[in-house]
Amino acid sequence: MEALDGNAIAGQLMEVFGGEMTTVTGRCAGCRRTWQMAELEVHTHAPGTVGRCRDCGVVLMVLVTARGVTCVHLPGLVDLGMPTAP
Amino acid sequence: MLDVPTWEGHLAGQHVDVRLTAEDGYQAQRSYSIASAPQDRSVTLTVDRLDDGEVSPYLVDVLQPGDALELRGPIGRYFVWEESLGGPLALIAGGSGVVPFRSMLRHHAAIGSAVPVRLLYSARSLPEVIFHEELVRLGAREAVDVRVALSRAWPDDWNGHRGRIDREYLREAAWPASSGPLVYVCGPTSFVEAVADALIDLGHDTDRIRTERFGATGSGLPAPSASQGGT
Ligand SMILES: Cc1cc2nc3c(=O)[nH]c(=O)nc-3n(C[C@H](O)[C@H](O)[C@H](O)COP(=O)(O)OP(=O)(O)OC[C@H]3O[C@@H](n4cnc5c(N)ncnc54)[C@H](O)[C@@H]3O)c2cc1C
Ligand SMILES: [Zn+2]
Repeated sequence: MEALDGNAIAGQLMEVFGGEMTTVTGRCAGCRRTWQMAELEVHTHAPGTVGRCRDCGVVLMVLVTARGVTCVHLPGLVDLGMPTAP
Repeated sequence: MLDVPTWEGHLAGQHVDVRLTAEDGYQAQRSYSIASAPQDRSVTLTVDRLDDGEVSPYLVDVLQPGDALELRGPIGRYFVWEESLGGPLALIAGGSGVVPFRSMLRHHAAIGSAVPVRLLYSARSLPEVIFHEELVRLGAREAVDVRVALSRAWPDDWNGHRGRIDREYLREAAWPASSGPLVYVCGPTSFVEAVADALIDLGHDTDRIRTERFGATGSGLPAPSASQGGT
């Protein structure tokens, strides 16, 4: 499957974070680059949804939904901003 | 065309998530850009039918006027254009990637904006050009320039670009990097990546390039994908 970007999971992020996330910034712990969430490289066909740094490939975000509950892991994301109003 | 009872309005470029639920409870969800402008009275989606797709053939062939759909949205603040963002604006579309740009151009017209905008739209052949007449009409406005490129087949008298939107064509047809344009690129992932790479190569500022990837659109088989406006 071809990779997507953070726009494709904007709805899911909105549900999880309670607000609009595509323009929220976060930094990659690997290469220190700052991204807006819309810019991440996103794979929705991995088990769960995976967001990677577009420069260095580090996994920044993993979303796994089971029985209607979504768990969020942010293994490589630092300085994540707050969601804005939806 | 959708009649959404609780719609609170959207921004040009936003999308919705459409969810289908089968009788056995199986669910599939896909995103679709909003083709209408914030000023339009109804919400319009435009779905390109992928022959081997799971959701798009249902939306195009099976869904009937009057049927209900489960929607979430409007969604997204990143791939949005508002007049305060200014320009000059370059909108670069591959295939159904033109959908959010139709919203932006209708919005631009509805507010009578003078921000210079250029749409470069790549389709495989003339019958696959979505919104053609309307785009030509919108392109007749003073500030707006619409250019359709046909990548695989074209009529003999076609006087638009023939071939892909590549680096050379971007150099000639997109605004020069030195004019600091705000660039939006949308379409199949491979198209978006190729165009974004070429723009950076031409000296465009990465912070002024916004991208939205629709994923794979087609299995690579020469299956013509019919596009149909709305539902
Ligand atoms: C933000 C956003 C906005 C969008 N806006 C629009 C829009 O306005 N209009 C529009 O038409 N589309 C839009 N899309 C694309 C849309 O969401 C769907 O992806 C598209 O309609 C295809 O869905 P489908 O279920 O028909 O196909 P799918 O079943 O998802 O298949 C898509 C393609 O991928 C291939 N594929 C599927 N599974 C695999 C696999 N495991 N391995 C390899 N290849 C595979 C299929 O062969 C097919 O060619 C948008 C996408 C995003 C992210
Ligand atoms: Zn990185």
